[in-house]
Amino acid sequence: MIGITSYGAYIPWNRLQRQSIFQAMGWYSPFTYGIAKGEKAVSNHDEDSLSMAVNAGANCVSGLDRGKIGGLFLASTTLPYDERMNASIAATALDLKSQVSAADITGGLKAGTTAMISALDALQAGRMNQALVLAADSRLGKPGGAYEHMFGDAAAAVLFGTENVIAEFKGSFSLSYDFADQRRASGEKFNRNWEERWIRDAGISKILPEAIMGAATKHGVNPANISKICIALPADMSGMGKKMMLTPEKFQESMVNTVGDCGAALSVLMLAAALENAKPGDQIVVVGFGSGADVLLFQATEEITKLPTRRAVKACLANRKELTSYEKYKVFSGIEDIETGIRGEAPAASALSVLWKDRRAIMAYVGTRCKECKTPQFPPQRICANPACNAKDKMEPYSFADKKGKLFTFTADMLAFTFDPPAIYGLVDMDGGGRLWMDFTDVEVKDMKVNMPVELSFRRKYVDKGRGISGYSWKAVPAGKEAN
Amino acid sequence: MAEGIRDKVAIIGMGCTKFGEQWDKSAEDLMVDSFSEATKDAGISTKDIEMAWMGVCFDEVNVGKSAIPCSLALKLPFIPCTRVENFCASGTESFRGAAYAVASGACDIALAMGVEKLKDTGYGGLPDFGQAMGTRNRMLLPNITAPGAFAMMATRYFEKYGLTRDEGKEALAKISVKSHANGAKNPKAHLRREVTVEQVMRSPIIAEPLGLFDCCGVSDGSACAIVATPEIAKKLKGDDFITVKALQIAATSGEELLYTDWDGTYVKTTREASRRAYAEAGIKNPREEISMLELHDCFSITEMVTFEDLQISPIGKAKEDIDAGFFNLDGKIPSQPDGGLKCFGHPIGASGLRMIYECYLQLLSRAGDRQIKDPKFALTHNLGGFPAMSVCSVGIFGRK
Repeated sequence: MIGITSYGAYIPWNRLQRQSIFQAMGWYSPFTYGIAKGEKAVSNHDEDSLSMAVNAGANCVSGLDRGKIGGLFLASTTLPYDERMNASIAATALDLKSQVSAADITGGLKAGTTAMISALDALQAGRMNQALVLAADSRLGKPGGAYEHMFGDAAAAVLFGTENVIAEFKGSFSLSYDFADQRRASGEKFNRNWEERWIRDAGISKILPEAIMGAATKHGVNPANISKICIALPADMSGMGKKMMLTPEKFQESMVNTVGDCGAALSVLMLAAALENAKPGDQIVVVGFGSGADVLLFQATEEITKLPTRRAVKACLANRKELTSYEKYKVFSGIEDIETGIRGEAPAASALSVLWKDRRAIMAYVGTRCKECKTPQFPPQRICANPACNAKDKMEPYSFADKKGKLFTFTADMLAFTFDPPAIYGLVDMDGGGRLWMDFTDVEVKDMKVNMPVELSFRRKYVDKGRGISGYSWKAVPAGKEAN
Repeated sequence: MAEGIRDKVAIIGMGCTKFGEQWDKSAEDLMVDSFSEATKDAGISTKDIEMAWMGVCFDEVNVGKSAIPCSLALKLPFIPCTRVENFCASGTESFRGAAYAVASGACDIALAMGVEKLKDTGYGGLPDFGQAMGTRNRMLLPNITAPGAFAMMATRYFEKYGLTRDEGKEALAKISVKSHANGAKNPKAHLRREVTVEQVMRSPIIAEPLGLFDCCGVSDGSACAIVATPEIAKKLKGDDFITVKALQIAATSGEELLYTDWDGTYVKTTREASRRAYAEAGIKNPREEISMLELHDCFSITEMVTFEDLQISPIGKAKEDIDAGFFNLDGKIPSQPDGGLKCFGHPIGASGLRMIYECYLQLLSRAGDRQIKDPKFALTHNLGGFPAMSVCSVGIFGRK
């Protein structure tokens, strides 16, 4: 049996209140009043689509053996590199084995579903036994436009495999059209669109039924038996249910007013949300839209009741902080340049040869553990630091990224440059041993307490603009609320 | 067991510039200034110096690499000249080079120069550490600053000894108030205004819980020493010289960060270096035998834990001594009689030698308004790096 074996999500904790956007820009675009509702998830200053995708992936594979993953498909339209495989960076950060087939899938919003189909194709072809799909987006709308309200940032992940399948893959159906509802040329920062009425009447309402009915016909599915349909569009699509005998409660909510339109990640995020509530036997349909459409059919199995609770949509939605400062959003997202001072201009050193040599330490937070005295150490050492041991070249790799710890000490530094002062950093004593000196993120100074539980989150550490390099590593965050 | 260098090296002359924002002087000018004072004090000329050491840390933002800026500025006539660097302990490293040369018999008279010009970066605080921590650490470690790294020790200290933020900050404030009172008396200090506990406690936060007045300044300056064998000292200066009783340095093995026994409320290298220094100097009871301290008070918390690490105050009890005025100029063991890093600022390569300069003045009864009555042993403590990853020099000086 081929199908889904695990899932996860990642939603940045900053939730920009749409009223804050309207208060700042409503004078220019009063028509946005109607959509200035609820909130949208926005990246912190140290996040991008790649970092979010890695965190969603880490949540998805948590507690599972990563050594069996043979493929990594990363879907996004907002990846940091045009050349330098982003999926390979993610594979390194997740400490996957090197014999992994990694690919970026990009170019349109159905990239999320296309990535899932590619992963399933690879499994069906027998090319691999497990494939991880990551999907993330963090698109920007120009200030004053509707997209600024609509777009939100998020990531989701699905692991496909042949054993312990929680939702069996029943088939797919794809359409490709150059229906240019929205677009972004290479190097551009903001999305552009054509008239909304044309998108609705000539696009969505024609292409979606064609895709869904096409899939149903091809795979002999009676739409009336569908338990949940995830249509990756930032709107309530239940109006189209009548024709297909689908009642409104069968439409998976698209999280418009909590996350926003997270682009290529939306289909995977909605699938993850559907899986959180699925019962054995449920038929789940996922529909990706953009430059055509993809449809995937799944049916939940008994195994879904056995999978330990994942950190997915429920947990991520609960871990939130209201952001009411439109200005902060603009700075964090890079829309606005700010005065960094000369200290902030200091060039970030990016020795790519050092990054390559030390990639497991820097990108995956893999340190060493002494085989003699079992002391975990980070960064990796050759000679054991335990003065009672000092064994030489008796180290084994030891991963810290998936472990929790306790805050040993910290400071909040107003001198160090950061886009979100003060720079909070501290020492963390990891459960099971090891002391890490780490940046903190997604936390306010008032909530920092010695001994508080912390965990690690993958982040963009710096952007070396002079050399066109985004540097990544892990930071510490307060231990998240467990998925309920 | 080697016997050490106790009484084998004499300081026959010292020089120290005014520390501060020396916008109109180069590092070379500062070296010439301190060198002129030292040679005049020693009563020797340049050609009498046989070997030289130069300590400087952030060479990128001031003199550049190598010892050539020193030999060239001072016109040292093709003698051995070596540049040393060991973070903020660079000044004492320079002195150690010169002292060991004399003690070993490699030469009779040597120069230890320290200099740093930090004020040409265009911003406040020390230069960005990013480049200084190595290519891998830049990609791994947080974007730390010195105040932040030491503030983490204050967080830990307050936590361990149950001090509220206000109680802890008040104890730290008294340390800064004491140093400012001393610095106000010193014409060579950078910051020469007295401050109150309230002012210190209300100063803007730099790195929680440390405020502006918990931090030393950043400044330009130079200090140097001319060392010689005690026989030459006697011939040149009669009784007017001091000797090195001990000179020790300890660099971390990485235990503090890599092995989790360290509780973050002390500096392990200070404990190690001072233990060895007391042994070298023959000091059994530091609290009774040491007459004055010149400590590396880069931040108030550093001075507080150093009182304990040097075995002057019992562990966890420095606050009681601070409250009792034990370290004031009129106290049992005055600390920072010259004003310390707090008032001099911290031109890195110069600081260790500036500390020795004050010991020299005090031991030779030349400290004027700041003179301590009949000092016997004076101790310097020069700390480089961060509490979690440090290198520490401890020197002990006295009359022969």
